[in-house]
Amino acid sequence: MLLIDCPWCGKRPELEFAYGGQAHLVRPPRPAELSDQQWADYLYVRINPRGLHAERWRHTHGCGRFFNALRDTTTDHFAATYKIGEDKR
Amino acid sequence: MKRQSWSGLSLLWRSISRHRGWREQWRSAEPKASYDIVIVGGGGHGLGTAYYLAAEHGLTNIAVVEKGWIGGGNTGRNTTIIRSNYLFDESIRLYDHALKLWERLSQELNYNVMFSPRGVMMLAHTVHDMQVLKRHVHANRCNGVDNEWLTPAEAQAFCPPLNIGADIRYPVMGAALQRRGGTARHDAVAWGYARAADALGVDIVENCEVTGIRRSGNGAVEALETTRGLIRSNRIGVVAAGNSSVVMQMAGVQLPLESFPLQALVSEPVKAVFPCVVMSNSIHAYISQSDRGELVIGAGTDAYTSYTQRGALHVNMHTLEAICELFPCFRRLRMLRNWGGIVDVTPDRSPIIGKTPVPGLFVNCGWGTGGFKATPGSAQVFAWTIAHDEPHPINAPFTIERFRDGGLIDEAAAAAVAH
Repeated sequence: MLLIDCPWCGKRPELEFAYGGQAHLVRPPRPAELSDQQWADYLYVRINPRGLHAERWRHTHGCGRFFNALRDTTTDHFAATYKIGEDKR
Repeated sequence: MKRQSWSGLSLLWRSISRHRGWREQWRSAEPKASYDIVIVGGGGHGLGTAYYLAAEHGLTNIAVVEKGWIGGGNTGRNTTIIRSNYLFDESIRLYDHALKLWERLSQELNYNVMFSPRGVMMLAHTVHDMQVLKRHVHANRCNGVDNEWLTPAEAQAFCPPLNIGADIRYPVMGAALQRRGGTARHDAVAWGYARAADALGVDIVENCEVTGIRRSGNGAVEALETTRGLIRSNRIGVVAAGNSSVVMQMAGVQLPLESFPLQALVSEPVKAVFPCVVMSNSIHAYISQSDRGELVIGAGTDAYTSYTQRGALHVNMHTLEAICELFPCFRRLRMLRNWGGIVDVTPDRSPIIGKTPVPGLFVNCGWGTGGFKATPGSAQVFAWTIAHDEPHPINAPFTIERFRDGGLIDEAAAAAVAH
């Protein structure tokens, strides 16, 4: 089980958290202006990298807040966790 | 290489002549400088694709390149369940096409894949489950696929270890049974296809990792860069399972995929106690017994994307709790091994089989948590797609473009588990 460092609460076991998928996806401000392909890319296409991945987690059974994390998908080691709104480290 | 043809008599003769005279079942090929077609990925789907290209389309200047050893990825890591009781017409056609091929695969390949149609039973524990499973039964029967509804007593008669008592947390309220479903020996599927493809002239190149895909001026694929040198080919089929995103990005194609670890485990071997396959979507139990006597148990996916081929123990515990409740006689069994495989999951839980925006590049991916059952069907229609440069009618709905055009085939049931 992973130990995840919540930026508000500190290190807690993975069971307290919910995974939120790829981070830093920005909802297009004017969806109506997008082509079908652009909208599909926003909804469905993911980087799915082999290596460092910026992703969202939510401390569901703790403070309840979302935060972002950088994790290596080849080792599952967290390089960093950071608050929503902060830049990728 | 001329293939050794096997029969009961020839196996008996080898056994009484002290097992001398066995030959390697396929050559260990050196990659040539160029091929007509290269398949990336030496699992069941990839090897099967090469076999059907050679056997049904007469294309034999083909290589299968595999970064590890053949069948060492998800082909050797799944829980070997075969069924075709999906909900949507498109899925039923695809998976039942595969099931029909399973029924004669051992004869076709002259290799015993140990296909055992022992019946797959899916349990209902809530009113919603009953409605969903009955809807599947009707959808299947409308498509000519067998599936029948059982009462709890009938379910227990079919699978005696099943606890149908009313005093468990989620009592069994009924079950849907597909009698034609069952299991097969997963390694034998890879070996059987490899042997049959090799005999038709296909080169199987192991320990050969693709590191790049070269494209010509007009955008079409022209070569693969690999750890064993450059391999030229203007038709490339990518069947790389969990690593599909990684390989396809080498050609600049972004896919709607995420790769998750999916775990499974086996118990210590015991005498034959479990006659069928039982699955429960709601409380996530997924169990059968191998011919060696081990209970083969499918656990869930971990929450996060990963390429590690392992996962956390609590995922296994979750499924074992359900198994112990449904089959109290297994409570004191010890678990022997657990492992993970990396599954590539699409947003609608249906696969992508077909052409890509890059000329000459084909992809067969997105099988998620349930690709083994489709192996022969997937391979055969993918071979057809590569040979004709257009999709076979069975895989025509399973394009990448369906995500753009809204033609999703939303099989929440694809994994038959809630995840």
